[in-house]
Amino acid sequence: MGNRVGIIGVGQTHHAAKRLDASGVELISEAVTRSLDDAEMTLDQIDAIVIGNMDHFENINYVDMWATDGLGACMKPVFKVSTGGTTGTTLGACGYYHAGCGLFDTVMMVGWEKNSESDTQAAIATCANPVLERDAFAGAIGPLASEYSMYMKAYGATQEDAAIVAVRDRNNALNNQYAHNQMKVTVEDVMNSPMLSFPIKFLDICPRSDGACAVIFASEEKAKALCPRPAWVHASVVRHDYTHFGDLEWKGMPTLERASKEAYKIAGIADPLKEFDVAELYIPASTCGVKWMDSLWFCDKGGAPELVRKGTLEIDGQLPVNPSGGVIATNPIGATGLIRVGEAAWQIMGRAGDHQVPDVEKALVTGFGGCSWSDVIILGAELP
Amino acid sequence: MADWKDEVEEIVFDGKICVPYSWTVGSTLSKWYGMMRDNAEIWANRCPSCEMVFVPPRKKCIYCYKDMNDWVKLAGTGVLETYTVVQHPEPGVYPKEPPFVYGIVKMDGADTGLVHFIEGVEPDKVKSGMRVEAVMSKEREGNFMDIECFRPIE
Repeated sequence: MGNRVGIIGVGQTHHAAKRLDASGVELISEAVTRSLDDAEMTLDQIDAIVIGNMDHFENINYVDMWATDGLGACMKPVFKVSTGGTTGTTLGACGYYHAGCGLFDTVMMVGWEKNSESDTQAAIATCANPVLERDAFAGAIGPLASEYSMYMKAYGATQEDAAIVAVRDRNNALNNQYAHNQMKVTVEDVMNSPMLSFPIKFLDICPRSDGACAVIFASEEKAKALCPRPAWVHASVVRHDYTHFGDLEWKGMPTLERASKEAYKIAGIADPLKEFDVAELYIPASTCGVKWMDSLWFCDKGGAPELVRKGTLEIDGQLPVNPSGGVIATNPIGATGLIRVGEAAWQIMGRAGDHQVPDVEKALVTGFGGCSWSDVIILGAELP
Repeated sequence: MADWKDEVEEIVFDGKICVPYSWTVGSTLSKWYGMMRDNAEIWANRCPSCEMVFVPPRKKCIYCYKDMNDWVKLAGTGVLETYTVVQHPEPGVYPKEPPFVYGIVKMDGADTGLVHFIEGVEPDKVKSGMRVEAVMSKEREGNFMDIECFRPIE
């Protein structure tokens, strides 16, 4: 068992399709500066830094070297992590591991991506095995579309159910000054948007964004000294299962089922819908915002469409999901998971601004990547 | 966003490097592709411990981490488990012009799915659960497209 760890500062850039006003390094410095301001700290107080992104989106091989000035990493311990979509939540895990192992007191995790600098779909397609599945199952949209196609047949979920999720996340983003897509939409708008890959339509899927996020983690003693209300890490669990796309159990999401079950056990969560006050979930397409709710044990298998239709996961529902607007509104890929961690921490710290949910004591975070990896992180206001 | 652009025009630099790659297929897939190319046959391999049958074959069972040296010839038929109809063009990614269909086929005799293109049927007539068969390419080169596609069984 590691030592207790708290999050004490969060910063993120304003995200956009193209941030032509800033280079990648400048985006990183924007997030770093804001996280230090949020924590009321200086760079001298940071013991170590980890950076995360995906090399092939910008074709920069050594971002830990290339970004030294933007990171403020000169003469500090620094390295890079890169785990696909989960990069940001891997950074969350790294923050926990670094501060929790006792080797460092205060560590900064920085995720970033400048997706406008290349062909995101082509870069993502390189996650598939090049000698087997890259041609016949390419891109980010098709696999998610195939997954929901199967879920619809198995449990009677509909395209409208997914549209309700898209409307929730997109409209929540209107209250988040940092969100990339800021558009008020209706279920009808989503249903009428162009079909990309059946059953996923244009307004169902996340954008590709330019942006960065930085989150500062601290050991128990430092967190108590530096922050009036840290967001304590109650659990951090990672599960991978992919070898080939064809191997996956597509009706469910075994990695998310296993990761969340283990995290709930560690954090003592018996009824997630009741016990969490907010959730920032890595939902890359609205269809996942239906299907994966089964996998988080919010309901029985096949119960997710009913939860979505009843409004249980709306901002004024039993468990507000993605008050920030989530991934469907903002997706600088290497930062996306870390934004979930940072947003959940802000909710606990009471710093989420216009999208603050009242009285948050416990928050759930997920990350999704590869196909089909899951990270689950649980944060709380009370010491674990 | 920054206001420096009021006074200075932003400059974007176009990269020129395009790195060519070639991939070693390895012992298991060399055998698999060889049997496809030379005999127009699709084979699978079985875990000696849990007895799961994998197609595409692989060296180690993903659950037991046992070497899988027990090969099984498949009939080439199966069930389409799930699919999507791709409508948006991605010239840098997709090998075909949309609309086209790809999905996961659970082949008879195997326990895992095989991803592939579904052809010989109008996209709006494709259904999960339909019986399909592999169509082997006439010119086979020892790669994934030695299976041209899967099509519905009449």
